[in-house]
Amino acid sequence: MRGISPGMALILLLLVAFIVAALAAPWIAPFDPLRQSLLMRLRPPGTTVAAGMYLLGTDDLGRDLLSRVLHGARASIAVAALSVSISLAFGTLLGLLAGWFRGWVAVAIMRSVDTMLSIPAILLAVLTVAVLGPSFLNLILVLGLTRWPRYTRVAYAQTLQVATLPYIRAAEMAGAGSARILWRHILPNIAGPLMVVATSEFGLMILFEAGLSFLGLGIQPPYPSWGSIMSVGRQYVERAWWLTVFPGACLFVLVLCVNLFGDWLRDRVDPRSQGR
Amino acid sequence: MIRLLAGRLLQAAVASFGVLTIVFFVMRLSGDPTLLLVPEGASAEQVAQLRAALGFDRPLVVQYAAYLGDLLRLDLGESLVQRAPVAGIVGERIPYTLALAGGALLVALGIGIPAGILMAVHRGGVLERALAALVLAGQSLPTFWSGILLILFFGVYLGWLPTSGADSLASLIMPAIALGALTMSTFARMARISVLDELSRDYVTAARARGLSVWAAVSRHVLRNAAIPVVTIAALEIGNLLAGAVIVETVFAWPGIGQLAIQSIQARDFLVVQTVVLFVSSVYIAMNLLADLAYAAIDPRIRGRS
Amino acid sequence: MQPALIVENLSLALGRANLVDSVGFSVAPGEVLALVGESGCGKSVTAQAIMRLLAPALRQTGGRVLLAGQDITALPERAMRALRGQAMSMIFQEPQAALDPLATVGTHIAEALRRPLRDVRDQVLQMLAEVGISDPARRIDQYPFELSGGMCQRVMIACALISRPAVLLADEPTTALDVTIQAQILDLLRRLAAERRTAVVLITHDMGVVADIADRVAVMYAGRIAETGPTAQIFARPRHPYTSLLLASIPRLTDAPKSTLAVIEGRVPTPAEFGPGCRFASRCPLADDTCRAATPPLRDMADGRLSACFHAEQLP
Repeated sequence: MRGISPGMALILLLLVAFIVAALAAPWIAPFDPLRQSLLMRLRPPGTTVAAGMYLLGTDDLGRDLLSRVLHGARASIAVAALSVSISLAFGTLLGLLAGWFRGWVAVAIMRSVDTMLSIPAILLAVLTVAVLGPSFLNLILVLGLTRWPRYTRVAYAQTLQVATLPYIRAAEMAGAGSARILWRHILPNIAGPLMVVATSEFGLMILFEAGLSFLGLGIQPPYPSWGSIMSVGRQYVERAWWLTVFPGACLFVLVLCVNLFGDWLRDRVDPRSQGR
Repeated sequence: MIRLLAGRLLQAAVASFGVLTIVFFVMRLSGDPTLLLVPEGASAEQVAQLRAALGFDRPLVVQYAAYLGDLLRLDLGESLVQRAPVAGIVGERIPYTLALAGGALLVALGIGIPAGILMAVHRGGVLERALAALVLAGQSLPTFWSGILLILFFGVYLGWLPTSGADSLASLIMPAIALGALTMSTFARMARISVLDELSRDYVTAARARGLSVWAAVSRHVLRNAAIPVVTIAALEIGNLLAGAVIVETVFAWPGIGQLAIQSIQARDFLVVQTVVLFVSSVYIAMNLLADLAYAAIDPRIRGRS
Repeated sequence: MQPALIVENLSLALGRANLVDSVGFSVAPGEVLALVGESGCGKSVTAQAIMRLLAPALRQTGGRVLLAGQDITALPERAMRALRGQAMSMIFQEPQAALDPLATVGTHIAEALRRPLRDVRDQVLQMLAEVGISDPARRIDQYPFELSGGMCQRVMIACALISRPAVLLADEPTTALDVTIQAQILDLLRRLAAERRTAVVLITHDMGVVADIADRVAVMYAGRIAETGPTAQIFARPRHPYTSLLLASIPRLTDAPKSTLAVIEGRVPTPAEFGPGCRFASRCPLADDTCRAATPPLRDMADGRLSACFHAEQLP
């Protein structure tokens, strides 16, 4: 690809590193993230034992923080990727339908979008997870099914625009069915802006997962998530700074990279910013 | 103007109705809402009794109508966990959250708007880059992390500020900064874009051709024009601040509705959670409406239309 | 009499591209000079350079500007601000865009006087009447969106002239207006300039406008002056092939019906394509090897005119 600056290369490298760390966590983690060792509670980074070194220290149950942070990356990225896929698919479908059929279909869909957007997302997620009971699957479903309106808005606006183009009309007159036109002709044309939204949502979903886990509504103990590690860290903030600093730093860097990648992607996709 | 207002009111009404509906059905997602309302450890007999008393054995449509009717009469129900009206339980926490959101808004407006304006006017300069880094950090910092870092540094390490609770005005400082950081970034980005947009217009060149300095042109002409899109965002951000309070209040043990919501979830007191969601959503919708009115107040083109 | 404005050897560059090359002209008090050329020939940036309101990407690489004999080229920004709107003013092509949509008519004009509107209200009302706005007492508190394009341009003229500047730069002031309104605005400019002894530089691409209002003409092509001289002489007998072709492209009532208008073949070279020679050579019917090899200097034609053509004498 043309014009990847050294800064952007670093960001892509970091993103790849996060994904590799998440995928390879079971093999690269020095310890079992669930194994407790009550004699080794809240040890600072660098503590050495016979089995190896606690590079980032240990938590309140004597578990190795580095191993937990590595496994936490799995949770973050898995939740974000799955929930973004669900909301992207669902939101895009609704947007395509509204933009293609217009009329009352569009009114009904776009009114629901407005309504969904007037409930702050984090609160709706908190309420829904609380009602359904926290679990990995519920977390993904809730995030996936509450975050579709942004995609619908973009897909709707883009479809309205694309649907008037001559070649779409030509395909219609050639007898292509609605489903075929939407799938073969319109979707590829509106994919760019949707990917921009999906990227920014990906960063947001990582934050949501961490936030909900921090509140005890996400990934349930003993499984590690950056949010739940930090929630323990909050309790021991005066004795064990490493419990908040390291997972938080990972979260911050990952979200920063995703946001910067999103900005870069938007500059590529948005015709107004092209050639600037 | 009147028609515009009526249209907006209707929109707000539709949105409120939609919110009520969504919340109703979310509360019914678990199947039997009685289980959400009883304290843990209630016997099957008690549950059945309560189900009948609350009418949860009726058809869903009837329940829905009853629910809407209750809300129309501003009857929010009674917490079976705390044995007190929900309105009171939530009401006494609201001032704390409003104080927190207000403080955060102050941080966000006070830093974000000037930062955005400076970034636009000093486009391409060192100052813009420095501010852009600040904005980017604010945008990617998870509030619970920045909150704990603030606690670590100012509370634990320096010992300047209390690490939790709401005992004095000093307790408000850190939560307000943690909560305001993201909104600050949003304001700065919005302000930058809309000031840049306005700076490229002919009337700015014309004002300078009349002898105004760049800053005089900005303060006398550009800012009012640039304010129009920013005001809309500002109103929406107030809703986001209230929602973000859920996490920040938990971090700082700040006794607002966010902390209440989380405590109520742990206590399985779902009517309280529902009320918090309804409250925040109403503020959100009301702010939207207010933004439209503010819009009209600033812009004579809208004010003049009848 | 001393000219109100003298521009000498003004050169402007965008990066390495040389947009305006050694442009010079002068305007006397009360005189209207038309700066004519196709869009992109550098006439608007010349005006912006005189006001020193160039876009940041543009640089002045040479030349100077004298206002009433004083060299203002090196004046600090603060001193320039004192001159803008007072000694030299400017009006723009899109009057509605040149007015702040959220400020009233009166606010704009009072700003040119650098006083709060309530202190100078009477003066502003009088100026509005002078630029031909009916019912000034009502108009003064209206917003630009309530005014027509022509009225907006009158307001801009009021803004520009209320401080009695020595020089007015008018950048395509009538291009965006209806034909009937155009004539009214030109009349107004002509009359006010004469009454107030204002020197006007009128930038236009329209030879019809030039014929209506200008005392003298400077024809620009691709960032250089092609020819300057009194309007009547230029129209009667152009001394530059570009001017002849420009004049030939104006429709006339005396043209035979269905006769075709002359069209200038080819296109203006971009700054990247500028060669060592005459910039019009690629389109010029008279061009020869000399024209392509060397830049023709502006030569005195002995009748008060200057022409930058090696073959000026060969023109009919």
